[in-house]
Amino acid sequence: MSEAKTIAEKIWEQHVVDSSGQDEDRRAALAEDGGSDDESTEQADLLYIDLHLVHEVTSPQAFEGLRLAGRKVRRPDLTLATVDHNVPTSDRDKQNPDPLSAKQIEVMQQNAKEFGVPLFDIFDIRQGVVHIIGPEQGSTQPGMTIVCGDSHTSTHGAFGALAFGIGTSEVEHVLATQTLRQARPKTMSVEVTGELGLGVTAKDVILAIINKIGVNGGIGHVIEYRGEAIRKLSMEERMTICNMSIEGGARAGLVAPDETTFDYMKGRPHAPKGEEWDAALEYWKSLPTDEGATFDQEVVLDGAAIQPFVTWGTNPAQSVMVDGKVPDPEDVPLEQREGIERALTYMDLTANTPIIEIEIDRVFIGSCTNGRIEDLRAAATVAKGNHVASTVSAMVVPGSGLVKKQAEEEGLDVIFTKAGFDWRDAGCSMCLAMNPDILIPGERCASTSNRNFEGRQGPGGRTHLVSPAMAAAAAIAGHFVDVREVMV
Amino acid sequence: MKQVSTVRGKAIPLDRVNVDTDQIIPAKHLKRIERTGYGPFAFESWRQDADFVVNNPAYAGAKIMLTRDNFGSGSSREHAVWALEGLGIEALVGVSFADIFRNNSFQGGLLTIELPEADIDYLMARAEELPTSEVVVDLESQTVRTADGSWERHFDIDAYKKYRLEHGLDDISMTLEYGDDISAFEGQRSELKPITTDE
Repeated sequence: MSEAKTIAEKIWEQHVVDSSGQDEDRRAALAEDGGSDDESTEQADLLYIDLHLVHEVTSPQAFEGLRLAGRKVRRPDLTLATVDHNVPTSDRDKQNPDPLSAKQIEVMQQNAKEFGVPLFDIFDIRQGVVHIIGPEQGSTQPGMTIVCGDSHTSTHGAFGALAFGIGTSEVEHVLATQTLRQARPKTMSVEVTGELGLGVTAKDVILAIINKIGVNGGIGHVIEYRGEAIRKLSMEERMTICNMSIEGGARAGLVAPDETTFDYMKGRPHAPKGEEWDAALEYWKSLPTDEGATFDQEVVLDGAAIQPFVTWGTNPAQSVMVDGKVPDPEDVPLEQREGIERALTYMDLTANTPIIEIEIDRVFIGSCTNGRIEDLRAAATVAKGNHVASTVSAMVVPGSGLVKKQAEEEGLDVIFTKAGFDWRDAGCSMCLAMNPDILIPGERCASTSNRNFEGRQGPGGRTHLVSPAMAAAAAIAGHFVDVREVMV
Repeated sequence: MKQVSTVRGKAIPLDRVNVDTDQIIPAKHLKRIERTGYGPFAFESWRQDADFVVNNPAYAGAKIMLTRDNFGSGSSREHAVWALEGLGIEALVGVSFADIFRNNSFQGGLLTIELPEADIDYLMARAEELPTSEVVVDLESQTVRTADGSWERHFDIDAYKKYRLEHGLDDISMTLEYGDDISAFEGQRSELKPITTDE
């Protein structure tokens, strides 16, 4: 059988411990139903998990479940924990101002100790956003199955891994069994052709993709990002793309590994070495989608037509290119009108306002979407020699302690602080505002994060998603600008 | 897992698409380490609006929520399921559900029933017109019907999931029965795969 397969199908099949068709309970269930329900019967396979990332917010109830049932963590050596979601990004040596957050961090520390799970704790230089530390350590590798109690786990797909977010009950299941029972996903090809223009980033590409497929377009699917424009992206840019797969509704997103992937991985702490590297390389090269393999859905975008994007609404598909305007509800079909009107009311925007006339109060540069070194370099390039507008408060939050260290070695911290940006410690920060980094009601923020949902960065806060360069340019101007016009 | 059979009760019509889990339970309430107590914070910000449907006393005690396309999108927080359960909701009947939310709901024994848009239109209109009218979600016969029996639709559910819900089976216990298979898989698993502990 030499059936052509997609990379997602290959990885899936290599990790099936048990096919549900063999399951006694399942057979009993089907018999009970007289086998009447074939159409809706999902192929739920028991899937082995190669890496389980854990953080403080979605794991306490899972560890408690293990404790109550007298269970252990089956493979602590395939599990990695950190604290990221609610850690403060300043004054860490002082008492945490939020006792509930402090407690949750403490519980993570206790659980890691009790169950023998490695933890990058708050003062560990390797601490950071859970989706930044895996790739940084070389723990994220092609062909792996990776899960985490966090929807942005799809980030790791950039390496050609099958990586997806799960809930707390599933976290407990993986801790106890190192497996998950999951329905087989459908496959979707998103091809970005041609070459991206100057000043157009991975963030703009993924916002363009979500704008096209919609926030529900990927439901039930694993997206494979393909095409010339994707191939030319660096690993960090691919991570930005895969990161937001969930914002298009997809279960996961991935990019087939290539020389760019291998170059990035070589020499990282947990990457294979010597002969093992050669053997791993041979395996990784077997992963890309076979010629002739088919997808359940295919979408094509012209990379050359993509411009810097800005979201205007309250979901990541509600976006427009920077030279555009806030949409007019009158221009859309009646059934869509109410949704747009609701979004504009929440965002306090008037129809037909040019994007570049929207004034902002806050800027957040960071997150698992755009908190890596290349993102900080892009923002620093724009910030250098300029100053944040007097009406704006701006912060830069590196994705990890190691990103912070690297940035400081390159002098980026000096550029940012001279330009009036706050330079912080690593964490999720104002992406979801679980720590003191939060918008006050009515504030408008240019953010490099991934979600512009109502209240995401604080109740009543208004979020516009943009690339790091666009965010830095907006910080300086006090309103959105086309970053291509300020680039030299 | 909670055993589930039939859910009968009033239905709250939440007539919005793409309801994300940040709306169902805002992030600031995820700092607790318990599984319960999230009900008071469900839809916290929308509930500030007195006219929001969840505030309507006519729907007090409802066990069913009617939803639109892509309900539960965004964050993987299972707290969203716990918050809905805290509100007293035992079944969601909608056009479509986000993948992770659907999995989480299943884990909590919260039914996510998908019906075609026209059927949801009908149920929404009926619930708005007659808030106290009851709807029945019957897992055994895989039907959603109005309590007066005047309207009925079949829904699909994976047979295996249905079986687990009907028997209230614990997922982890079931998987642990495959312990030998998991060990066998680990035995033939490539040694090249990384570990997280220091070598």
